[in-house]
Amino acid sequence: MEHRAGIEWSAQTSYVARADFNALIDALLNHGYIVVGPTIRDGAIVFGEVQSDRDFPVGATDVQDGGKYRIGEHTAPTLFSFAASPHSLKTYLYPSRSLLYSAHGSSGNFAVDAPAPQTPARYAFIGVRSCDLHAMNLQDKVFLEGAYVDPGYKHRRENAFLIAVNCGKPAGTCFCVSMGTGPKAPPLFDLALTEICDDSGHYFVVECGSAQGSAILACVPHRPAEATELHAAQEVVRGAERAMGRKLDTTDIKELLYRNAESPRWEKVADRCLSCANCTMVCPTCFCSTVEDTTDLTGAHAERWRVWDSCFTIDFSHIHGGSVRKSGSSRYRHWITHKLASWQDQFGASGCVGCGRCVTWCPVGIDITEEIAILRQTETDHETLPEEQGNARD
Amino acid sequence: MNSPIADPMLPRPFRIQSVRKETTDTFTFELAHPEEGSQNGFEPGQFNMLYVFGVGEVAISISGDSAEPGKLIHTTRAVGTVTQAMARLKPGQVIGVRGPYGRGWPIDDMQGQDIVVVTGGIGLAPLRPLLYRVLANRGRFGRVVLLYGARTPNDILYKKELERWRGRFDMEVLITVDRSTGGWRGHVGVVTQLISGAPFDPYHATAFICGPEIMMKYSVDALTKRGLPSERVYVSMERNMKCAVGFCGHCQYGPKFVCKDGPVFPFTEVKRLLDIWEV
Repeated sequence: MEHRAGIEWSAQTSYVARADFNALIDALLNHGYIVVGPTIRDGAIVFGEVQSDRDFPVGATDVQDGGKYRIGEHTAPTLFSFAASPHSLKTYLYPSRSLLYSAHGSSGNFAVDAPAPQTPARYAFIGVRSCDLHAMNLQDKVFLEGAYVDPGYKHRRENAFLIAVNCGKPAGTCFCVSMGTGPKAPPLFDLALTEICDDSGHYFVVECGSAQGSAILACVPHRPAEATELHAAQEVVRGAERAMGRKLDTTDIKELLYRNAESPRWEKVADRCLSCANCTMVCPTCFCSTVEDTTDLTGAHAERWRVWDSCFTIDFSHIHGGSVRKSGSSRYRHWITHKLASWQDQFGASGCVGCGRCVTWCPVGIDITEEIAILRQTETDHETLPEEQGNARD
Repeated sequence: MNSPIADPMLPRPFRIQSVRKETTDTFTFELAHPEEGSQNGFEPGQFNMLYVFGVGEVAISISGDSAEPGKLIHTTRAVGTVTQAMARLKPGQVIGVRGPYGRGWPIDDMQGQDIVVVTGGIGLAPLRPLLYRVLANRGRFGRVVLLYGARTPNDILYKKELERWRGRFDMEVLITVDRSTGGWRGHVGVVTQLISGAPFDPYHATAFICGPEIMMKYSVDALTKRGLPSERVYVSMERNMKCAVGFCGHCQYGPKFVCKDGPVFPFTEVKRLLDIWEV
């Protein structure tokens, strides 16, 4: 995959003072949105409902590495100086459990009750990162752009108000620059903020991406951003580009993985992999699900639920006679090959957005970028081997 | 407000018209469409999702005649929780149906060709609609050969129909069993062994295969050995399936979704994958 050119800045950007940030939340609340933003819970910065900036992780940052996540203190009282959280838009747009339908009767005769029309939960998300907008775009391809449409997803997606934040402080596990998915947010947002907190003050440079975005911005004190302010915002993004914690070389990556289906490396990863499914749960693009059937005690009421599933479970590939992917090695190979290779065949884009969540939340720190580097290295070693032998004989 | 879009996960209740016990562990349902006179058109090789109230849903190929879409016919082997619950259902009771789904056998493109069907066990079920279509349009095809393998003589599916087909002068039916039991006078061995002696012109034939992956792989080896190019072979794949509409991810076979890209694939599309372990 070619490295894509950086995303252009809007021709018109606005300045919103930090002191007026609450006016933005109020505007969203007044428009009937449930406002979701970054909050601290259980030792992590995760999405939660917010009423004002008091709910935000003011002055907090995160420290992320393979198998490691800690909240730390930032040097300034910023609102967004952290990277990807274990939550993503998927948490809301594609809930981990949802009722497909209920049915009543008996096995002899039953009727299906379609779920009642949903009360429209209209979410406004503050602090959506570039990687997550790209991930949402990928889930759109699964649930909206195929032969069949997921009506629940469509409903939630169409009603979402998205406020992106251009990252200023990537984590040690970030590699969106390698994947061409950040740090500058693609124009899938209603509003995009870049936070600046320096000697010149604490403010946001705001880009508008939709008519709804303009309508909300109109309720917030703002003025056109000055050239120096826009420049400062651009510097924030450039700084983030330089501060990526990890790299992934995507050159011919599909062919690399297809070529290496029988690589001995898969056994090595399987030796460490716990098949815990954490990587797939935190991945913002993983979309697999299973179904659960239940009945009440009378047996006259049945429900069918869709719940997130993971290709790391043994049951995932079960057909009569047992599971197709019995070994941990085949399951890891399936996951990484899907993310980086077969996703391209299926949806015309990489299934990895470089957010680094799978690296951070892997209990043993298995690292997608490292595994690709090792596959490449192994190939290079094999290529050079006969030559070296030849030289030795000389 | 937009009008709500139809939920592709909702089944429709179909009444079971008849149940026929085929072998010790297989049975055939004939289902009636809930709206009188309505039809459920399908292409040979497609499948439906069948829902047993409170138990769950399974993907089952359609094994009836596509020229009679008013009769929805499914042959199922009772092997798991849902199919065993299904086996206990009686005529008059109701089962949920979604479908038809997937890509079927491209039989209409094969006019003038010899038709070679290679299958084993319940793999005959998704190929029966193909044979119905071929026999209904018999003049449009060359020789028609069915090579079928069963575990034992008692496991032979659609026995009456196979006997009838074997009696035709315009069709060749060769049957083998893995294990002979009392009174069997026929061939014993795996189905791939029937390929070398089967009467078809390999240079003008197309093969359709459904069975275990290893059987399909070796069938293609035997067919290519006779000179039938692998470009003229079609196979039906099986994977775990929860949604049948491309949402659940379970049926992925390499880059393919068996539910929407298959279940029938040109062999050349999956050849690379069949050679890899645990795909």
